[in-house]
Amino acid sequence: MSLDKATVKNIAFLARINVPEEDLDPLAGELNKILDWVEQLGEVNTDGVEPMASVSNTTLPLRDDVVTGGGQPEKVLANAPESEKGFYTVPKVVE
Amino acid sequence: MSDLSKLTIAKARDGLTKGDFTSVELTESCLAAMTANKGLNAFITETPEIALERAKQSDARRAAGTVASGMDGVPIAVKDLFCTEGVLTTAASHILDGYTPVYESTVSAKLKTDGAVMLGKANLDEFAMGSANVTSYYGNVVNPWKGKDGKDLVPGGSSGGSAAAVAGDLCLAATGTDTGGSIRQPASFCGIVGLKPTYGRCSRWGIIAFASSLDQAGPMTKTVRDAAIMLQSMAGHDPKDSTSAPHALPNFEDALKGDVKGLKVGIPKEYRVDGMPSEIEALWKKGANWLKDAGAEIVDISLPHTKYALPVYYIVAPAEASANLARYDGVRYGLRVDGQSIDEMYMNTRGEGFGKEVQRRVMIGTYVLSAGYYDAYYRKAQQIRTLIAKDFTDAYQKVDVILTPTAPSAAFAIGENQNDPLAMYLNDVFTVPASLAGIPGMSIPAGLSENGLPLGLQLLGKSFDEETVLRAAGVMEQAAAFTAKPGQ
Amino acid sequence: MSYIIQGETCDWEVVIGLEVHCQVTSKSKLFSGGSASFGGAPNDHVDLLDAGLPGMLPVVNAHCVEQAVRTGLGLKAQINKRSVFSRKNYFYADMPLGYQISQYDQPIVGEGTILLELEGGKTKEVGIERLHLEADAGKSMHDQHPTKTFVDLNRAGVALMEIVSKPDMRTPEEAGAYLRKLRSIVRYLETCDGNMDEGSMRCDANVSVRPVGSDELRTRCEIKNVNSVRFVMQAIEYEAQRHVELYDEGEEPIQETRLFDSNAGTTRSMRSKEHAHDYRYFPEPDLLPLDLTDEYIQNIQASLPELPDERRERYVNDFGLSSIDAGVLVAEKENAAYFEAVAKGRDPKLAANWVTTNLFGALKKIGKPISESPVSAEDLGKLLDLISNDTISGRIAKDVFEEMVENGGDPEKIVEEKGLKQITDTGAIEGIVDDIIAKNPDQVAQFKGGNEKIIGWFVGQVMKMSQGKANPGMVNKLLKDKLSD
Repeated sequence: MSLDKATVKNIAFLARINVPEEDLDPLAGELNKILDWVEQLGEVNTDGVEPMASVSNTTLPLRDDVVTGGGQPEKVLANAPESEKGFYTVPKVVE
Repeated sequence: MSDLSKLTIAKARDGLTKGDFTSVELTESCLAAMTANKGLNAFITETPEIALERAKQSDARRAAGTVASGMDGVPIAVKDLFCTEGVLTTAASHILDGYTPVYESTVSAKLKTDGAVMLGKANLDEFAMGSANVTSYYGNVVNPWKGKDGKDLVPGGSSGGSAAAVAGDLCLAATGTDTGGSIRQPASFCGIVGLKPTYGRCSRWGIIAFASSLDQAGPMTKTVRDAAIMLQSMAGHDPKDSTSAPHALPNFEDALKGDVKGLKVGIPKEYRVDGMPSEIEALWKKGANWLKDAGAEIVDISLPHTKYALPVYYIVAPAEASANLARYDGVRYGLRVDGQSIDEMYMNTRGEGFGKEVQRRVMIGTYVLSAGYYDAYYRKAQQIRTLIAKDFTDAYQKVDVILTPTAPSAAFAIGENQNDPLAMYLNDVFTVPASLAGIPGMSIPAGLSENGLPLGLQLLGKSFDEETVLRAAGVMEQAAAFTAKPGQ
Repeated sequence: MSYIIQGETCDWEVVIGLEVHCQVTSKSKLFSGGSASFGGAPNDHVDLLDAGLPGMLPVVNAHCVEQAVRTGLGLKAQINKRSVFSRKNYFYADMPLGYQISQYDQPIVGEGTILLELEGGKTKEVGIERLHLEADAGKSMHDQHPTKTFVDLNRAGVALMEIVSKPDMRTPEEAGAYLRKLRSIVRYLETCDGNMDEGSMRCDANVSVRPVGSDELRTRCEIKNVNSVRFVMQAIEYEAQRHVELYDEGEEPIQETRLFDSNAGTTRSMRSKEHAHDYRYFPEPDLLPLDLTDEYIQNIQASLPELPDERRERYVNDFGLSSIDAGVLVAEKENAAYFEAVAKGRDPKLAANWVTTNLFGALKKIGKPISESPVSAEDLGKLLDLISNDTISGRIAKDVFEEMVENGGDPEKIVEEKGLKQITDTGAIEGIVDDIIAKNPDQVAQFKGGNEKIIGWFVGQVMKMSQGKANPGMVNKLLKDKLSD
């Protein structure tokens, strides 16, 4: 389970985090150390064991179909780094 | 009057009731202590105007005979992970520069309604990821306790600012959050009490999420009684949080009335780890004896999957965090670093906005969920988590509470362990299992290390049985008679 | 009739699967209290969770769960008593959380079927693979500014039902029929308004080809977000042809996502991404698994309205309509309701005929939906009564109907005012018949000479002379009798 520079670069893109070129190898080293350490989980026999769905033993609460929020675009946009005419704006996305 | 900040909640409650002082005086004392102790860097944002305003309102309520609760008029610090309306909330991260929520977290709102006075937003590890409060964008927090050679020590983390503020008497209490030990471990390092309630006891609505299935808010206080009083105000069902427990709240303070006669206390053998300092093992035995002397029965138990808890945690928590932190993208709030394309903007914003530890965990989380690795890592970890939880359920057939050390060491110097993320992770070895199982855990200061630094002992209880934990903790606290203060 | 594409080396058949996203009809969103209604000023329907603000948490809308179960039952599908919400992780400007809350390996609804009605009265059963609930994304507008994209999160969080078919369709016609039927079902159930042009129903088509006779599944392409039934059919046609041409050239289609250009009638590759999406699905930790009881499901089952298939059977069995006519009537709930109002206490076949031919024809001409029909069911019924009790002939009724469409009005009044009552007085008709016979000896001779068909000409003459008011049946009988003398 060793990560090389290219894999780290790929993960960084999936996570949308810019990692400078010179940091890729050291980061790979750190991540590999952590991943090697978690390898020990392979020792545990988990046949027939259900992955934990939730520590809570309660049932999923459901809410009524009522409008309880929204109607305050100024609040929603209050912390926006950039906005125009009530829209959030971002660099143009090409599809 | 500057000694007022040294009071406990219970004593302040008394004093306020008797009219010995006002909330405003109590608050001013804390504000003065904060000013005098800026070197601790315990606060990211101080809110003296809000504090005095709320203190005034508390005094007015008291005069009108409409005291809201045991917390009414009590000055507290709020960990800067709780969204506070109109007050900068940063999660100690550059990426939330300038973020001012238009809403208040449920827990801090409940404390506000109960009359607590917010002194400011306490410093923490960035996005609650850390065990030493050395990853904050706003700088390290310094433990009020000093090393033997006068070295600055870490307060523990992630709720380092909260712990330092309480230990340094800058406030009477503080809110913390605990995901893998972030309340209990700093409490141990700072010589105070820290309680992580059962998962679901306190609402997570409005708390900046780190790991959704693990995060839990809790009180950090000077005494066990204070923790009970504060938990009363913090806890309760919240329909806005689907994981919030519907259980009714007992009177937590009443739990302190009982004794521990016949209480079965489990000592898990797997918590005796290699290389554990002998003084910690000795303190652990001492703690067991306190309970035994008070009439409890000590029972040896086994929690067989204990050693896998940390690696499980370091898969599950980063995985959930990688998704929880995806919303910090520069589009709708916080830092934005421009780019030629939207992807570039995301990458620049997050590359600059997140600190190194956060980046590491988000990357690990992304990796363990990625195609081809989900089964081997995430799914496997969640299966072992089921086994860890079952270890506790099985043990609780035989015992009522479990006693362990809180941390594998006393507070260490700032700068130590910092080059090795793994070494840092090992700080949570005793606290993480309870987080994975969702059970309540409490750390109380039990003794001093040979270097004169606080050491905590941890009590773990059954789900929703904070009462038994409080009861046993109260007994231990009396026996420990821990009166040491930093800088003495 | 199968749809075959002739290639250079062999004949090819098309394998089609459709993924349809249906916006759930509800007041608020799937996980938040923001309004789910269409439109609105930018970011006006956005609640704190929809904006992806720190610390916000999802809470499931009970009504949306019901709607999904209702739809599943309408698709004769397995309802899964336990289902799990999962996070689908990817970054996009209109995905405020950086992940979509969806369902992955444990959807709320499992396998079901849809019955398609095809040309010539044929039917085909198409399998449904699953239906799951998920939150919609917001809207990105790329054309409002030269260098910026505008983002409106009103739609973010609206409940969607993603309905995935099995790859059972083989022709563009089947795909069209599937979409029409699915739309019909959700409109009957009122779980979605099925508006493809408003975007409340969106279709992604998965297309591949294979040599006729083989059962392999070759590389498929996904054509995303095609917004009309017609375009879906066109897109499939084009795409299948494109695949065959590639195979003929010794190449293979690349597995990719494509967009349909409705102007050119072609598909094109979406701008290639260096990295494919790795969604990193994992169970949503802010929610618990959704558990449904047998009672809950039964209650919804019991509350289902009569669905198109059942209604069609009823029309065939109880009203004696042909399967095709019944199919046309039941496709839209409003049409069926109109028809039943007209047919009540009357000859259903007559009613069906008039509704499907005359009324639908007229509505199409004037471009109005049945809800805005100038002729009410009550009035059409009255018109039919006038035919049935011989007050007017079918021919005259058509004129009256035209008048009703143009100017409204009660048919009885129109007949009265225009003096259109049918002549049924034998004597009067006989008079006209005698007259025509007398004036046209050549035609009489032709009839007597063996050309029986010329009776039609005689009928026409009598009708003309009577301004269409003579009862055609009587005219026929009288002519036959008199000419055969």
